[in-house]
Amino acid sequence: MAEIAGHTIPNRSPLLAFLERWFLTTNHKEIGSLYLWLSFVLFFIAGAMAMVIRLELGQPGMQFTDPLFYNQMVTMHGLIMVFGVVMPGFVGLANWQIPIMIGAPDMALPRLNNFSFWILPFAFTLLISSLFMEGGAPNFGWTFYAPLSTTYGPPSTDFFILGVHLMGVSSVLGAINIIVTIFNLRVEGMTLMKMPLFVWTWLITAFLLVMVMPVLAGAVTMMLTDRHFGTSFFSAAGGGDPLLFQHVFWFFGHPEVYILILPGFGIASQIIPTFARKKLFGYHSMVYATASIAILSFVVWGHHMFSVGMPLAAELFFMYATMLIAVPTGVKVFNWVATMWRGSMTFETPMLFALGFVILFTIGGFSGLMLALVPADFQYHDTFFVVAHFHYVLYPGAIFGIMSAVYYWLPKWCGNMYDERLGKIHFWTAVIAVNMTFFPMHFVGLAGMPRRIVDYSIAFADFNMVSSIGAALLGVTQVLFLYIVIKAIRGGEKATSQVWEGAEGLEWTIPSPAPLHTFETPPQFPAPEEAYKHE
Amino acid sequence: MTSIKDTLKKGLTFLLLLGFTPLAFAAAMDVRPGVTDMSREIQGLHHLSLAIVVVIGILVFGVMFYSIYAHRRSKNPTPATFHESTTVEVIWTLVPVVILISLAVPATMTLIEIEDNSDPDLSILITGSQWKWHYQYLDSNIGFYSNLATAQAERDNLEPKGTNYLLEVDNVLVLPTNKKVRFLTTADDVIHSWWIPDFAVKQDAIPGFINEAWTRVNEPGLYRGQCAEFCGKDHAFMPIVVEVQEEADFDQWLEDQRLAIELASGQAVADRARTWAMAELMEIGEQVYVEHCATCHELDGAGQGSTYPALAGGEIPNGPMEAHMDRVLNGLADTEMQAWAPQLSDLEIAAVITYERNSFGNETADLVQPITIFEAR
Repeated sequence: MAEIAGHTIPNRSPLLAFLERWFLTTNHKEIGSLYLWLSFVLFFIAGAMAMVIRLELGQPGMQFTDPLFYNQMVTMHGLIMVFGVVMPGFVGLANWQIPIMIGAPDMALPRLNNFSFWILPFAFTLLISSLFMEGGAPNFGWTFYAPLSTTYGPPSTDFFILGVHLMGVSSVLGAINIIVTIFNLRVEGMTLMKMPLFVWTWLITAFLLVMVMPVLAGAVTMMLTDRHFGTSFFSAAGGGDPLLFQHVFWFFGHPEVYILILPGFGIASQIIPTFARKKLFGYHSMVYATASIAILSFVVWGHHMFSVGMPLAAELFFMYATMLIAVPTGVKVFNWVATMWRGSMTFETPMLFALGFVILFTIGGFSGLMLALVPADFQYHDTFFVVAHFHYVLYPGAIFGIMSAVYYWLPKWCGNMYDERLGKIHFWTAVIAVNMTFFPMHFVGLAGMPRRIVDYSIAFADFNMVSSIGAALLGVTQVLFLYIVIKAIRGGEKATSQVWEGAEGLEWTIPSPAPLHTFETPPQFPAPEEAYKHE
Repeated sequence: MTSIKDTLKKGLTFLLLLGFTPLAFAAAMDVRPGVTDMSREIQGLHHLSLAIVVVIGILVFGVMFYSIYAHRRSKNPTPATFHESTTVEVIWTLVPVVILISLAVPATMTLIEIEDNSDPDLSILITGSQWKWHYQYLDSNIGFYSNLATAQAERDNLEPKGTNYLLEVDNVLVLPTNKKVRFLTTADDVIHSWWIPDFAVKQDAIPGFINEAWTRVNEPGLYRGQCAEFCGKDHAFMPIVVEVQEEADFDQWLEDQRLAIELASGQAVADRARTWAMAELMEIGEQVYVEHCATCHELDGAGQGSTYPALAGGEIPNGPMEAHMDRVLNGLADTEMQAWAPQLSDLEIAAVITYERNSFGNETADLVQPITIFEAR
């Protein structure tokens, strides 16, 4: 019998208590952990699918799959990585960090927070269950172009549509919660232009989410009515327009790719100053650059569609607008380098991942600039050059961003330091493997290998073998990451409240591990020197 | 004596190869130069943009690595405190703008040339369908399908793969040199994309739309490409092969095609006129089935799930003949089962229907003659 406030309540089974705690929690830290674990689990599921893809592409000929199953793997890998790994990963970080970085006791809408998380496991169960359906899972690529996905889609397409709707609802609710929290719950004295950059990038990301997820919902709803209610939005035979789909999709899709990277910019902007022991260079220009990138993202969607037969004027507009994005992105990279300049740097694992992020994301940015040039894009478009480009911005970009954040804040979350030696091994193997996997893809793309093909000409064999070996190594390194995280949670050297010598910000003034409830009384901002030192 | 000569020869070859290896390696990592003015201009643009980003990369990463080396705590224990400079910010905003303009100018010039589709000498309508191309010479009565010619056994690793594995077709598109050829692209079912890297032409083929692109090839030869837009199950298996011939050869080819069409129509009349025996139809039918049907319905007629129904014991091949003929001739709307009436001759359709009704354990003993197909069209 347990006693709470003088009342005896009946003993409950530990299982029930466990379920009740995690299903009903409205605590931002617990919900943050839920998001991060979901993201982690889906990372391994979608990663296993990537392994199947690379296994098949290891050499020419049909080895392990058939074309139908291969296409399902390509589609599900993309969908789960984008919607199930990177987005929930960043939302998890936002849930954990934003309240403790702005001195708030919790998110502004805790019950909504619970709801937005718990939609996701159902959405992904729906999506993944379609693998076991008659006719198989969606097999039309994560971009699900009509009419391949409408008229010719498998029956499971309806599960996919419902799944996307649920993910969209979850994302919009989560984004609203983040916006409301940031606008209303900042500690006194923290004006907008004094917010940590991670908070700033998330605020902008949340606006992008609110604006574009409904567009995606519109696209899948039109698909649904085309499939079942006799409309012809995307069917030329019924007077509709297959290209309308691509315009709607990419109007969502391009801001979406910045949703997948902006919080990563924020993370690098937190970590690099900490380990350089020097304030972030050009804070204001960082904020303006992020906002410019977000605004420009709404007027560049056409660069995904240069080969659909757009008029010259439209091609020129989208080319110039896209090239313009290089300017604010360049400003960010230069500012990171200037932050490092004449700092006093040490290279713990979070810093290593942040530097890997800056360098390799920049390489992805370079190929992005090349892709913006329309004539050259006629050669690059829909080849492995594009696959190389977006994996450079997403793997060593978004994923490395999340990993550096996990190493950076994990001691705050669980109170223990992770194993630094293993962390460094993880970084170096991941960096080697990621380049071995994705760099050769540039070459096969330039040589003429289209993307999304199950089998290829023998001329592309050597580089594909290198990619596949790299991918296998990359898969193994992430198992090491899981081990490092679990090991740190189970024990290790105790972390101080500041954790990192150069760390600044409210989150480093609370004890490690962070107690379930923090900042029930608002802290002083900016935090005085001694606030970091208490134990 | 000979052995010394051989050794010398081998040694020289080795040295030669050694010299060429970096070149060959660089070529393997480059965009293809191609055989048109446009493809070379685009390669030039690729080199220019690559050079610019490599230089920027070396500068930025150079500064960064120097900082990583020189501004580590062991070498620089006390960090500097600067964190702002409007001058610097303005410089590194404006300099990239200038660099971008230097890239945008040549890109715009090339693009304007590419988009000038006026005054073609020859127009070809290219229609993509799952998973083959159809070519129609709009200035003459010539049109044909172009299918993958690589044997299934090579794809299944049962036979060694040829040099042009997956990049070979039964009927190549033939073009003349030195003529402005306009391609009009469209599609029957889903979106495809017609791409020959050596021409630097990639144009989506979209149902309900007709897109334009053009090329002018100066060198005769065989050029290979693939469908570039993801189009479903056999996206990897719809290659494109173009044979560019000298003008005189091309005119001869056109004439040969005209004759072949006349011959074929004469042959079709003859085929209709006679009555075919079961064994004959079964033999032709098997060839047609392997070439066109087996990719979805499988060699043993087992099909693949509900998307590609089994023919073994299937409803259609064991049901009424009329329904079977209708399905093969007209296909099934909104599925990957396409209409074969425009693609196959009366004899081929008669043969494949006969084959399907009497194979894979189906024992209808039905037989259909080409004349019946002709009347049903």
